[in-house]
Formats: sequence, C-alpha cells, structure tokens
Amino acid sequence: MSVELGHFALAVALALGLALGVLPLVGAQRHDARLMAVAQPAAMAQFVAIVIAFATLIAAFVNNDFSVALVASHSNTDLPTELRVAASWGSHEGSMLLWSLMLSGWTCAVAAFSRTLSSVLRARILGVLGLVSVGFLLFLLFTSNPFERLLPAAAQGRDLNPLLQDPGMVFHPPLLYMGYVGLSVAFAFAVAGLIGGRFDAAWARWARPWTTVAWCFLTLGIALGSFWAYYELGWGGWWFWDPVENASFMPWLVATALIHSLAVAEKRGAFRSWTVLLAILGFSLSLVGTFLVRSGVLTSVHAFATDPARGVFILAFLVIVIGGSLILFAWRAPTIGAGNSFAPISRESMLLANNILLVVAMAAVMLGTLYPLVLDTLGLGKISVGPPYFEAVFFPVMAPALFLIAVGPLARWKRSELPPLVTRLRWAFAISVVSALLAPLAAAAAGVDGPAWRPLTSLGLAFGFWIIAGVVVAVTDSLRTPGRRFALAHAGSRARMQPASVWGMHLAHLGMGAFVVGVTLVNSYQISTELRAEVGHTIELGDYRLHFTGLDHVTGPNYDSDRGHFEVRDASGKLIAELHPEKRVYRASGQPMTEAAIDRSLLRDIYVSMGEPLGGTVWAIRAHIKPFVNWIWLGCVMMAAGGFLAVADKRYRRRLAQRESRAVASARA
Amino acid sequence: MRSLRFIIPLLLFAVIGLFLYKGLSNDPRKIPSPLVDKPAPAFSLPVLGADGRAWGPEEMRGKVWLLNIWGSWCAACQIEHPLFNQIASAGSLPLVGLAWKDDPAASTRWLERLGNPYTVVISDRAGRTAIDYGVYGAPESFLIDKRGVIRFKQTGPFSAEIIRDQLMPLVRKLEAEPGA
Repeated sequence: MSVELGHFALAVALALGLALGVLPLVGAQRHDARLMAVAQPAAMAQFVAIVIAFATLIAAFVNNDFSVALVASHSNTDLPTELRVAASWGSHEGSMLLWSLMLSGWTCAVAAFSRTLSSVLRARILGVLGLVSVGFLLFLLFTSNPFERLLPAAAQGRDLNPLLQDPGMVFHPPLLYMGYVGLSVAFAFAVAGLIGGRFDAAWARWARPWTTVAWCFLTLGIALGSFWAYYELGWGGWWFWDPVENASFMPWLVATALIHSLAVAEKRGAFRSWTVLLAILGFSLSLVGTFLVRSGVLTSVHAFATDPARGVFILAFLVIVIGGSLILFAWRAPTIGAGNSFAPISRESMLLANNILLVVAMAAVMLGTLYPLVLDTLGLGKISVGPPYFEAVFFPVMAPALFLIAVGPLARWKRSELPPLVTRLRWAFAISVVSALLAPLAAAAAGVDGPAWRPLTSLGLAFGFWIIAGVVVAVTDSLRTPGRRFALAHAGSRARMQPASVWGMHLAHLGMGAFVVGVTLVNSYQISTELRAEVGHTIELGDYRLHFTGLDHVTGPNYDSDRGHFEVRDASGKLIAELHPEKRVYRASGQPMTEAAIDRSLLRDIYVSMGEPLGGTVWAIRAHIKPFVNWIWLGCVMMAAGGFLAVADKRYRRRLAQRESRAVASARA
Repeated sequence: MRSLRFIIPLLLFAVIGLFLYKGLSNDPRKIPSPLVDKPAPAFSLPVLGADGRAWGPEEMRGKVWLLNIWGSWCAACQIEHPLFNQIASAGSLPLVGLAWKDDPAASTRWLERLGNPYTVVISDRAGRTAIDYGVYGAPESFLIDKRGVIRFKQTGPFSAEIIRDQLMPLVRKLEAEPGA
C-alpha cells in the first residue's frame, strides 16, 4: 500500500468528519431524522478511513520505505519489526495520527453501542465527536502530515530515538491515548446534554461506563509509562513530575473525580452541573496536555518535536473547543437545577469532598506545571518547579481524600449518622494506626537495613492500612446477613447479591491502598549507592552483596553494548540472582543508553545500572534496593481492573436487553 | 445573580489561554547564563593530539573567539558541525573545541570523519572545566571577547539563523571594541 493512499484516506476521513460534525447536529435541532441518521454510518466510515491511513503508515515503516520522510527520520533497517511498528507513533506526526485513530475508534464504538440512547442525544454526541475529529484531522493534514515523501529517498533511516526502543513503546502510547481520547466521549455526553438541557439519571447511567473505561485505560497508560521510566532511564525513579507526566496526570485526577460524581448524578440526581463541568474539564486537560507536549512552551524529556506553528494551531483549537464548551456551560448550566438535597454527613457530602480535593490537587499540579511559563511570560525570570514543590503540596491535599476512601463506601446516601460509622470503623482505625507504628519497629528488629524511621513512614503506612482495612470492613459487612453474625455459609450467596460495580469499587480502592503502601515503603526504605567498581569488586548493599564478576561486549541488532556481570548474594552467601546491566551505544545515532538490570520480586527489587566507563575495567555503578516498589504498579493495575469489573455490571446490559426485547415486541405488534 | 458563578470556569480558562499564547513566543530552552558578562574561567587542558602540550584561554587574549563544548558521543554536535566548518573556511571567527568527557582517540576519529574547524582542540576528559563553565549538556558554546569576558552563550546546537542573526552581528560589534 502506498502512503498516498493513506494521505487520501485521511482527506476522506476529514470530509466524513465534517459531515458527522454538521449534519446530525443540525438534524437534532430540527428533529430531522434523515440528517440524524447520517451519524452512525459516517462515524463508522470515518474509522475505516483512518484505519486505512494508519495501516499504510505502519506498512511503510515495516517495509523500510525510506522515501517517506517520517520513516527515514524515525526508523532503520536494523530496527526489530515490532519496534518498526511502534516507531510509527514514535514521532509527532505519527502520534497525532494515533490520536485521531483512537478518537474515531471511540466514536465508532459509541455509534455501535448506543442503541439505547435517544436518537437526538446520540446524534448530538456523535456530532460533537465529529467536530473534535475535524480539528485533529485539519491539524494533521495542514501542519503535521505523516505521509510526506522524501525525494530522493534516503538509503538508510536515522533510527528511532534509543530511549523509545523498548517494548514499553509498543504499549504505553496506545494505552495512554486510549485513556486521553476516551475522555472525549464523556465530553461529548456533557456538551450534547448541555445542548439538549436534559440531565437525568439515565444520562448519567449512559455516560458512566464510557468514562470508567477511559479512566481505566488512562490509569494503565500512566502506570506503564512510570514502570517504563523506572527501568529505562537507569536511575530508579518512577515519577518525576515532568510537565508531560503532569499533563497526563491532571486529566487522570479530574477523571477520577468525574467517575465519583457520576455515581452521585446517577443514584441521587445531585451534582449535575458539577459533573458536566468535570466532563468538560477532563477532556480539556487532555487537549491542554497535547498542547504542552506539542508546542514546546515547556521543556520536558518528552518534548521531542516542537514547532511554534503547530502550537498556534493547537492553541486556536483549544480556544474553540474549551472556550466554546465553557461558554455553552455558562449559558445552559444555570437551567440544570440542583438535584436532591443531602445532609452534611452522607455519602454525597463525602464524594463532594473527594471531588473538591481531587480538583484542588489537579490545580496544584497545574500551578506547578505552568508556573515557569507564567513567570517567564511576565519577565520575572526563568525557574523550574521540581519534585519538592509537588511533594510538599500534593500529599497534604490528597491525605484527606485517602482518609475518606475508607469512610465513603460505608456512609449512606442522603443522610448518615456519625456514631454507627465510628462504631463500624473504630477497629479498622485502631489496627491501621497501631500496625503503622509497629511495622517499622518490627522491620528494624528484624534487621532490615535502611534509613532511620521517619514520622512520614508511619503516616503513609497508616493511610495505606486504613484504606485496606476500610475495604475489609465494607466487604465483611456486605457479606453478613443484617442483624446476624458473619457466617461463611451465607457469605457466598450474599456476595452474589452485590453488583459487580460494588466489587469493582472495592478492588480499585484496595489497589489505592497497595499503591500508598508501596510508595511509602520505597520512599522510606530504599537504599541507593553510586560508586566506582572494578571487575572483581564487591558492592555491599543493605543485606545483599553484589559481586562484579566480569564484563563483555555484546553486538545487538542496531547497537553495541558493554555488559556487566553481577552476582547477587544474600548475607549467608546464597546466590540470589545474576544481573547483566548494559551500556549501549546505538550505531545510527551514536547515542549511549543505559539498560538497567533488575531482579524483581513482590517484596523488593534489586536494581543495577552502569554509569560511565572510568578506564580499564572500572565503571561507575549505580545500585539500588527498592522495597515494595512493584506494589505501586500492582496497585494501579488493581485500580484499572476494578474499573473494568465495574463496567461489566449487568445493570448496564440488562437495560439494553430490556429495551431490545421491548423493541422486538413492539415491532411484532 | 447566582448564575454568574457558571462563568468562572470560562474566565479562568481565558487567563490560562492568554498565558499559553504568550508562552508560545518564549523559548524555555533559552537559559541565561550567570557567566555572561563575567570573565571566562581560566583553565589549562591538554591539546588533543599534541603530547602533553597544555592550552589556556589566555592564549586568545586580544581576540574574539568561540569556545564550543562538544563530544564525539553527542548527536546534536553533528548537527552544528557543518556550520562550524563553514565559519572556519570563511575565517570569520576562531573556534576552540573542548572535547568534553570524551576519549581522545574517539574525538580524533570524529574530527577526521567530519572535518576539523577548530584552531585548537583541548580535551576535558574529567569534565572539571565544563563544570566551571556551568555546562548542562553538549553542545554549548561561549563567545569570548578581547578582554576574556564571556559575552554570549548558546545552549544546544547552533542553527544557520542564529549564526547569521545573532552570533555574527555580535562578533562584528565585539571586533570593533578596543582590546585590553
């Protein structure tokens, strides 16, 4: 397939996007069924067109077609095939095409799975998504054409940035973009709702699963990015508060608030205008994130392709989409109405607190991310805001939210009494506080070598244990027949009575608990050393000994590497692992890369990476022990799994089935 | 007037949008060096390919010259290198190369392959001198005037535009200044 076909398919997709963005919206306004009927086929045809465009680009990469400028600058014949596929989104143009592909995929999914929606609402939702796609396709075709030819063709490609030559590159961007772009569906629901002025429980029930799925993908995408940075960058950190990380984290915080406020909107009809605002905000932050990454207004390790012309285009697009939707919000939201009232102590009030805290946390991250830009613009100097700011501000804001995770699910809707809540949670509270104080003591007594105990260690552990204990209380309560003692015999049948969405919530909260425990322990007990070591030396690291046993040269497909051999032994001298960190030099670019070697386990990672050669067989070596670090990503996976479990709730499908059987019945009549 | 609060998000976005727009014309990579208008730190480093001969910036006293920090391992240095070759063939500005954290053999091979525009190349294997100059990464370049004062710093590779519009006009201006 030639890339000209892809270019043409992209132009066709733009035309289809225009049809999708205009006709159904006009039709919905005029109640013209024929115009509204354009929406579904146009959405599906647009997806097919963009799939064709993307397929031609991947084919060009796989076939090493260096007459395509993008392939010549981002690939190489020595690159393994799976990385050549991934290289198609390793550039600015390719990643924007991936964005558009994801957007049309979501649009197509909405078109396919929205039979229960009223035709007017569906036409409006698909129309809004169509308009968003027009913006992105114009951006691609006019400022970032991935199909540009290079004449004469290059003999060899310049190779993909070595940092990106990793399996992480195959999965991280698609997952992250699935999440980023998935928030566009919640956005379209909100805008369609604002146009129609109808925000009932059904609206929230429709919007909920879409938002949750997008949130799950966003969670997995961010977690995978963090996991990748941990082993690829070679210094053992897992989160750097880099502007681009923040750009993905801000929508996550808002989407987390949104899935909670949608619960209130569905169950109690409250928080409606607030939910709409969050839905707009979530996708707006995805767009702002794209702007920050693509325009070069901020420096970042991710800012690999920047161009002011693109920045102006994206900013104009931002102003139209975000400004337009916020004008619509300012105009229509006053008519939404407040919904049902609730008492100061109730599940609603706790979810409201959760929402406010998450949005404040997002604002804090945004302030830190944009502060250098604001100061620079005002001529007040160049600064960079580092992790100390984010850590100092973020934890105090999130702490009350973490506390509420255990309380919220136990509180009743509308009005809850404080004494019963205290009774149900007092043991959980006592156990989590006492064990948080004792665990570090026990670790010290057991001879775990590490920095001295700090109050933050116990505080963090207390929050983690508290969340886990809260989930245990909520689960055992729900498995107990009311008024009776817990009985295993009845627990099974009680468990089946609980809807999947409740189990999903518990799993996600448990994941949050595991995450907090992991972060606390790795920050408190990690041991790091950086030293010069010669072959034959032994590095003492906590309870472990690392023997530097040898060095050899490895010739990879597109790199040459110096590889170290390390034997890890415990205090008794037993061999635990052999580690082979590498220092690679990629041939096409001459760029050096550090490949860390990690012995992973649930309780600790042993992490070795090679720094600079210091002559002879002497190398600068970095070694870390990272206790419980895998709990961080395990916690994220649990959160996402909880989200998927919640979406599998029969409630969402039962209504569909009922509607269908009714439709069939009425068709027969 | 309760409905006025629904306009707040729009107003906040307008403020943020304004800063984003202004931000487009900033260049975050332009990091002003505290060393600009300060005397260039002194050093004495071995000259590449000349056994044991040392070289220091005082040898350029009375001349306007450019100190370029590079390394054979630095990909971006290859981008600006052809521009330096042009400057060298025009003879408009003496260039001094500082091979930073680089194996002298690798530096020499690199220059043989891409051409050597430098009047002299010195080798800073340990990277100590680069620390004195506050080097973030290669390439970086310092324009030093006749009295040995740093007058301009380039972070990252030069482009033809920066050389034409910023570097060369400044070189001509400094050439006209009286020496020490």
